Amino acid sequence: MEILLAILVGVLYTAGTYMVLRRSILKFIIGLIFLSNATNLLVFLSAGLTAGKPAFVEDATTTSGQIADPLPQALVLTAVVIGFGLTVFALALKLKFFETTGTDDLDQLKKTDKQ
Amino acid sequence: MTAIVLPILVPFLFILAFIAIKSHRIAQALSIIGSSILLVLSLYLFFQVKDQGILTLNMGGWKAPMGITLVIDYFSALMLVVTAVIGLAITIYTLYYLPGQHQHTRFYVFFFALMMGVNGAFTTGDVFNLYVWFEVILISSFILIIIGHSKAQLEGGIKYMALNLIGSLLFLAGLGLLYGKTGTLNMAHLAEILRTDPQSTLINSSTALFFIAFGIKAAVFPLFFWLPASYHTPNITVTALFAGLLTKVGVYALIRFFTLFFVQDQSFWLSTMAVIAGLTMVIGGMAASAHYDIRRILSYHIISQIGYMIMGLAIFTPLAIAGAIFFMLHNMIAKTNTFLVAGVIHRSQGSFHLKEVGGLLKQNPLLAILFIIPAFALVGVPPLSGFFPKFMLIKAGIEAQDYLIVAAAVITAMFTLYSKIKIWNQAFLKKDPSSSQLNIRKSLWVPHLIPLIILALVSVFLGLFAATIFDYTMAAAQQLIDPSDYIHHVLNNQ
Repeated sequence: MEILLAILVGVLYTAGTYMVLRRSILKFIIGLIFLSNATNLLVFLSAGLTAGKPAFVEDATTTSGQIADPLPQALVLTAVVIGFGLTVFALALKLKFFETTGTDDLDQLKKTDKQ
Repeated sequence: MTAIVLPILVPFLFILAFIAIKSHRIAQALSIIGSSILLVLSLYLFFQVKDQGILTLNMGGWKAPMGITLVIDYFSALMLVVTAVIGLAITIYTLYYLPGQHQHTRFYVFFFALMMGVNGAFTTGDVFNLYVWFEVILISSFILIIIGHSKAQLEGGIKYMALNLIGSLLFLAGLGLLYGKTGTLNMAHLAEILRTDPQSTLINSSTALFFIAFGIKAAVFPLFFWLPASYHTPNITVTALFAGLLTKVGVYALIRFFTLFFVQDQSFWLSTMAVIAGLTMVIGGMAASAHYDIRRILSYHIISQIGYMIMGLAIFTPLAIAGAIFFMLHNMIAKTNTFLVAGVIHRSQGSFHLKEVGGLLKQNPLLAILFIIPAFALVGVPPLSGFFPKFMLIKAGIEAQDYLIVAAAVITAMFTLYSKIKIWNQAFLKKDPSSSQLNIRKSLWVPHLIPLIILALVSVFLGLFAATIFDYTMAAAQQLIDPSDYIHHVLNNQ
């Protein structure tokens, strides 16, 4: 399971990097979504997976390995929510930019870098 | 110490209030009350730290490595005080310098959200909590930068958003790997584990990710391109706020992480930082000399000054770290002040471009004095605030025999002087060019200059009482170099 997920994380990072380098702003944002999901999976995965065990148990005496670590789950949950909010903001900004300038091409964004 | 939570809680309550309030007048009054409360609070906390040493608070009653801990040591306390001073100056500035659409209570909502995020980042003792505060800062700064929806702002906003989002993803990835390796995210607990752990190679993957993430935040040499592309687009009040606070949060995180727990393979990381610091300084300084828009000159200037702070961290002696902290205190105040002066120039002359403004020395001698103070402070003229930290950094560099970085620092001081003289010659000494006579000019009154006067007085104060400030920054540096006190306070606090 770890290996499958690790491959998935790698594929998502590759796809995300590719999309971030595209010229369209929308594709750039799709790339960010890929990267964000890859990172969330990486955080979840790096703490180690404990399959089929609950994160919270009533009896406090259980040893490690018998319960899943709740912390990475909580971290990922928070990170997913934050990532979702930021993605929505990015899309709204892209929409506003498109309404104002009528372009979706990142190569047109040169005005603020000029002298 | 339950009071530690107040620098976060108070802005939060004000955010709620500003969502409910519709009237501009009440909102303006309330914002000044809010930032005054924050200033009093941060001064109170600073004196508590001075009396009692490091303060900690376990949120929700969960004991140290498990729950989120808030920690205030000298370094955090000093940063909180300066943040509050800047916040107060900016809220007074908004009374006169926010045009139409900005004067919505919305501005204050996100202003206090930003203050909450910055205060949270300075007080937290937990890596994931720091990530959350970074996101709070990020989302509120996204909105502040595009308030007004002009073309340039939207374009600058996209550039700002793009690089900063990637930076925060790298932060999260580094954090996940760090948790996987150590099983904790409490900074003191991490320090306890990593300072005794011999396996440095495994940690380096996290270290690299954190270094790049904070490097993007702090706008160091190869990663700074979002800053000059976006900082000159929003309203000058917003730019001044960002210039004072945002990049310094990145520098704060770098100093905190690389003194507290990323101490393995230190020689490699510190020499990398020294190279980056030198390049940041020189390239930022050179780029600043090439521009004619005041805001762009000052934006590149932020970058070159970040180099000095990283230089202090790279030399890594108590004197150098103290110099870096003193430099941060001075730079946050003086940098914000120069941007506020730029805003006043724009108000009285209708332009930010140096070729279109002029004759301000005759029109408004008080403004000239108020420009000279932060400009001389940034150049490093004694007895203003910039001289002493630069002296400390260069002395520490010579003692550590890092002559190249010292040379870079001295050369950059020349660039700084050059760009300040350029602004002085063009905006203040030169005759008023006739083209801008057509613009509608607004007259200036002394009340308009109050925030500038406050910050200029703080700059003078930091210079005149440098010995006292030096003692505080030295104490902060000692706490950072030898974190056993920090670890003990956090982990044994009941």
